[in-house]
Amino acid sequence: MSSEFAWSTEQVELRRTVRAFAAAASPQEEVRRLMASPLGHDPAVWSRLGEELGVLGLSADEEYGGAGDGLVSQAVVIEELGRALVCGPLLGSVILGATALGALNDTAARAELLPGLVEGRTSAALAAPLHRGGFDPAAVTVTATAHQHAASAGQTASPDGTTSPDGAATTGYTLRGSVPYVLDGAAADLLLVAATIGGADTDDDDGAVGLFAVNADAAGLIRESAPTMDLTRRQATVSFNDVPARLLAAAPEATAVLATTAETAAVLLAAEQVGAAQYLLDLSVEYARTRLQFGRPIGSFQAVKHLCADMLVLVEQARSVAYHGAWALDEGTDDPRIAASLAQSVCSRAFTQVAAMAVQVHGGIGFTWEHPAHLYLKRAYTDAALFGSAEAHQERLAQLVLDEAGAP
Amino acid sequence: MSADTADALVAAGTSQDDDRGSVERAARGVLAGIDPATTPTAEFLGACYDAGLAWVHFPVGFGGLGLPAGLQAAADAILAAGGRPDPFLNNPIGVGMAGPTLHGHADEELRAKLLRPLYTGEQMWAQLFSEPGAGSDLAGLSTRAVRDGDGWVVDGQKVWTSLAHLASWALLLARTDPDLPKHRGLTYFIVDMHAPGVEVRPLRQATGQAEFNEVYLTGVRIPDTQRLGDIGQGWNVAMTTLMNERSAIGDSALGRGSGTIADALGLWRDRPDLHSPALRLRLTDLWTQAEAYRLTGERARVARTAGPPGPEASIGKLVGAELNQKIYDFCMDMLGPEGTLYDSYDDPADTLQRRFLRARANTIEGGTSQILRNVLGERVLRLPGDVRVDTGKPWRDIPRG
Repeated sequence: MSSEFAWSTEQVELRRTVRAFAAAASPQEEVRRLMASPLGHDPAVWSRLGEELGVLGLSADEEYGGAGDGLVSQAVVIEELGRALVCGPLLGSVILGATALGALNDTAARAELLPGLVEGRTSAALAAPLHRGGFDPAAVTVTATAHQHAASAGQTASPDGTTSPDGAATTGYTLRGSVPYVLDGAAADLLLVAATIGGADTDDDDGAVGLFAVNADAAGLIRESAPTMDLTRRQATVSFNDVPARLLAAAPEATAVLATTAETAAVLLAAEQVGAAQYLLDLSVEYARTRLQFGRPIGSFQAVKHLCADMLVLVEQARSVAYHGAWALDEGTDDPRIAASLAQSVCSRAFTQVAAMAVQVHGGIGFTWEHPAHLYLKRAYTDAALFGSAEAHQERLAQLVLDEAGAP
Repeated sequence: MSADTADALVAAGTSQDDDRGSVERAARGVLAGIDPATTPTAEFLGACYDAGLAWVHFPVGFGGLGLPAGLQAAADAILAAGGRPDPFLNNPIGVGMAGPTLHGHADEELRAKLLRPLYTGEQMWAQLFSEPGAGSDLAGLSTRAVRDGDGWVVDGQKVWTSLAHLASWALLLARTDPDLPKHRGLTYFIVDMHAPGVEVRPLRQATGQAEFNEVYLTGVRIPDTQRLGDIGQGWNVAMTTLMNERSAIGDSALGRGSGTIADALGLWRDRPDLHSPALRLRLTDLWTQAEAYRLTGERARVARTAGPPGPEASIGKLVGAELNQKIYDFCMDMLGPEGTLYDSYDDPADTLQRRFLRARANTIEGGTSQILRNVLGERVLRLPGDVRVDTGKPWRDIPRG
């Protein structure tokens, strides 16, 4: 337990370590090489982050290979990875996958699936509608059908079904449907899928969502890479044609797990937005100091200086709400729905505005392919859309702060 | 201050546990010995001062305990929870600006004489800085102080002086050498506001009120013992005062939903008949901005465990001032035709309309938002300064108007 905004010396050191690692292992030439490669990241670098540095599971419990440090430390790492645009399945494996698995009641599933993600040996993706700012059960597009069948000898818990303890009849599921915009979905070893159990004819629309695991090599699974604006972030459309799946969480647990995942993802993505925005501020200030026009540094002109000052304000405020979110979720000091929506509404706007301002400070060079500004600009607009737009989160805040407070 | 905040601050850091313990014991000791509910403000604050809890980083005997400034929050949390009147509100310029300036620049005799009545509010303070011809360009000021025997004679006009009509003392920045470049010809004094030649006239503002004054200084004699810092060092001394001013103005919001956003939230709660979907989203956006402002203030407070506020404090002032204006713009738009009424310009009530008008000054007083952006750009981001036409010129040769 630590007081909000009092980063520990370990966290300060952690930031230094990850920044140094990113500078050495993922300089911008490497980011550009990887963004043009089929996979989109270097699995060797990713597993070094997991095993050598041990920074992919800082908020996961120690018994599953994590560090049990909490979200603030994980946010520090993600901020630094975002600053350098380090390529890897950060969203699928860490921000979504490890978070969802860590929230499961099913300890066997956690023990089986989480360590690989934490160590960077395996990767995951989450196929669930989080783009409206929170988990939206009504937007689930996959249905799960249950099948009763007798247990076969030697069957253990595996992605194609759940074995009951006495080894008698088991319930297996198959999934049907298609999910777009699945982050890191094309290359993931493990797909976590939100599906409506029993199909569309169920009465209970909220409670009937389950969370399922699907193996990458499952029959009937079709994954199509989608071309993305942000080349450093991969997406896929994932289709399920009667794909065997293992139930990880039934209703109502699954909805709660996914709601928690959405809140945690909102806060951790905010940390990435802070790191990337800070990099753009640093880059812009350096340019404004050294670029000469009219015989003087352009940063000496108030029009440019004030742009930089406004960027500083945006970055500092974004940092405050992002880390407030991390501390609040760790320690229960704020309504997690409010902390998460606050983080995303402030940080999405801050990063997109800072990215646009950074291009402006740089002028023509900032619009060229060779300059890094466009990589961050694309990341900014992509980040802002992933887990709910600033407007979607403000609508949630309006409900929580104005409507509920004002209700009789 | 919310209890959560107080707990968080009290919990911050473990290396200062002993010091924190002694601050907390001192604060509880004051409350055990004297009840703020039944004690006159000055007497209670005097007890706080004598216990070293006025500014814990000041020396023992001068309102402090010689401990890191960050521990002030531990004392404030306990004393405020116990019902201590707010010493800052009681004497804002004295406690917020004069205290830190005297601590940094006055000799022991002056500090011994002035700090206690300043903290208790028995002697109010004002600040004689701005002039009709020197607003943002404070260093260009014209008020002259001329050496005369063991003292100085001051002539000039000051403006935007709050509380001058109540003040016993004032902080004065005056020109002692017009032949030097402007920053180098200034010297800092403290003035007895009851001295002959000091004339205070109320300055009426757009709200109809007169919160501020003009102060005319005509042949005012100041003993040299009331000079702070060396002759020609006035600008450096003034920086201490101004950094504390910006910090004081910028760091006032504390709990969620408190501060000026409370006015907009209250209007929303009280007047469902005026609700609209567009206003609902606009208020949510303002609430979000207020939270970002509040949390950044909390972060700055936690970071400032020791030492004086730096230029970073200007973020809070800049954001808070612009936010206030947006909040009262919202209130006016929500009120609609009701907002066009104004009860009285002779003695205006504290209405949303009055607060709306008053907020226009927020982005001017204590450093305009434009100057603050320069401060952020040049002092925090280390961007180069603008090309200047007055650098190195004797003050008397610089165009004024």
